[in-house]
Amino acid sequence: MAQALARGVLRLERPVYAAGYAAVAGKKEGQGPMGKCFDRVEEDSHFGQETWEQAESRMQQETIYLAMQKAGTKPEDTDLILAGDLINQCTSSTYSLRPFGIPFLGLFGACSTMAEGLAIGSLLLENGAGRRAAAATSSHFSTAERQFRYPLSYGGQRPPSAQWTCTASGAVVLDRETTDAPRIRGVCIGKITDLGVCDANNMGAAMAPAAADTLTRWFQGTGTTPAEYDAIVTGDLGEIGGKLLLDLVMKQGYEIHPKYHDCGVLMFDGDRQDTHAGGSGCGCGGSLLCGHFLPRVKSGEIRRMLFMATGALMSPMLIQQGESIPGIAHLIEIVCGEE
Amino acid sequence: MEISPELYQDMQDEIAPKSKSYINIPMAFVSGGLICLLGECILNLLTHFGLEQEAASAWTSVTLVFLSALLTGLGWYERIAKHAGAGTLVPITGFANGVTSSAIEARTEGWILGVGAKIFTIAGPVILYGTAASVVYGLCLKLFQMFTA
Repeated sequence: MAQALARGVLRLERPVYAAGYAAVAGKKEGQGPMGKCFDRVEEDSHFGQETWEQAESRMQQETIYLAMQKAGTKPEDTDLILAGDLINQCTSSTYSLRPFGIPFLGLFGACSTMAEGLAIGSLLLENGAGRRAAAATSSHFSTAERQFRYPLSYGGQRPPSAQWTCTASGAVVLDRETTDAPRIRGVCIGKITDLGVCDANNMGAAMAPAAADTLTRWFQGTGTTPAEYDAIVTGDLGEIGGKLLLDLVMKQGYEIHPKYHDCGVLMFDGDRQDTHAGGSGCGCGGSLLCGHFLPRVKSGEIRRMLFMATGALMSPMLIQQGESIPGIAHLIEIVCGEE
Repeated sequence: MEISPELYQDMQDEIAPKSKSYINIPMAFVSGGLICLLGECILNLLTHFGLEQEAASAWTSVTLVFLSALLTGLGWYERIAKHAGAGTLVPITGFANGVTSSAIEARTEGWILGVGAKIFTIAGPVILYGTAASVVYGLCLKLFQMFTA
């Protein structure tokens, strides 16, 4: 049984491993500095499908297949799957999972979904809900753009604080019985945090307070310090949100700067790829966790890391009604092998 | 988090980069001016070939709308607009881009509930308030003429 160290701060008593993980990304992401870490880069942003929504589902489906393949398992041997995305009613996930026939829990945590899925999945497995669970998420530039902003061919200027939704997907197969794989050791469930940011073109700023809150609660709950981790990673705070996070946790007495990475900043070369404040979307943190960080934990290059996926729980309708954007951030602690 | 929204706003203002107005405004001025120049050229060309002024004006608008829609369809308009900003947004070409891009986008949802229902998502406010403003203008003009007659 997981041990609650503080409210929402949980330590897993029994090991749960990331037995297999995969990342699939689009062309632009493939041309970025992290392009080589993905299992597959698809040149056709339609993924061979008719619509953008089908394209995203297809991408997520392929990622899940790949992760299962790498974990040496099959859909019928997976006890449950947790998945979510940004599109209305999480349809990218439901349509992606249609052929699998795996017991499914749909999640909406905006871009925090990867950490949310891993957190719930590992807690369920640890408590005996099964042997294997998968966590998956995806985002697609074109589906997100048309749902949250403007038509793709609309001529507008993006402000410098805007982020670029990544066409990318990540999937992890959690397994209670494997060894020699990155191990999920702790979880911190995020709280809704809102410091009044109303600008839908400044998501990093909207999410940073949630990330700071989760990270601070984790350090306080576990009694650890940033120096004890090899990497502290956020999902998609981008340039602005990342700097705000550093400042906010500094105010709480934690200096994370030397260990800190943000997947949104890592994903693109801002000057060359014109992505302004960096990448965003569920697939941003999800794909770099699976493509870049988990392989480094497995190889031992990273011994202990914190992965914190951040979500801006934004609805265009509520923004039009004058509401601010609530943020959330869930954290998982990943360690290399046994204690 | 023990931090007030006001203090957080100050932190953001310190960090967030500002839009480069010293580039954006001159670019909008030049590109918008070029579109108007193109319009003038078309107008002069049409009158040169014997079209009445009023008909030539209408054909000029039609031509600019057509060019904007064509460039939107080819995916070029957004690339120009990225640099031109308000220069491509304000003239009639911006209106045409708003309509065409919405129509292209909604194509996957069908001709009626997709294209038909969503074609004016962006241009709708311009049509509504443009028409409303012209009614107000007409009333003001009528009143002005009544009192000055």
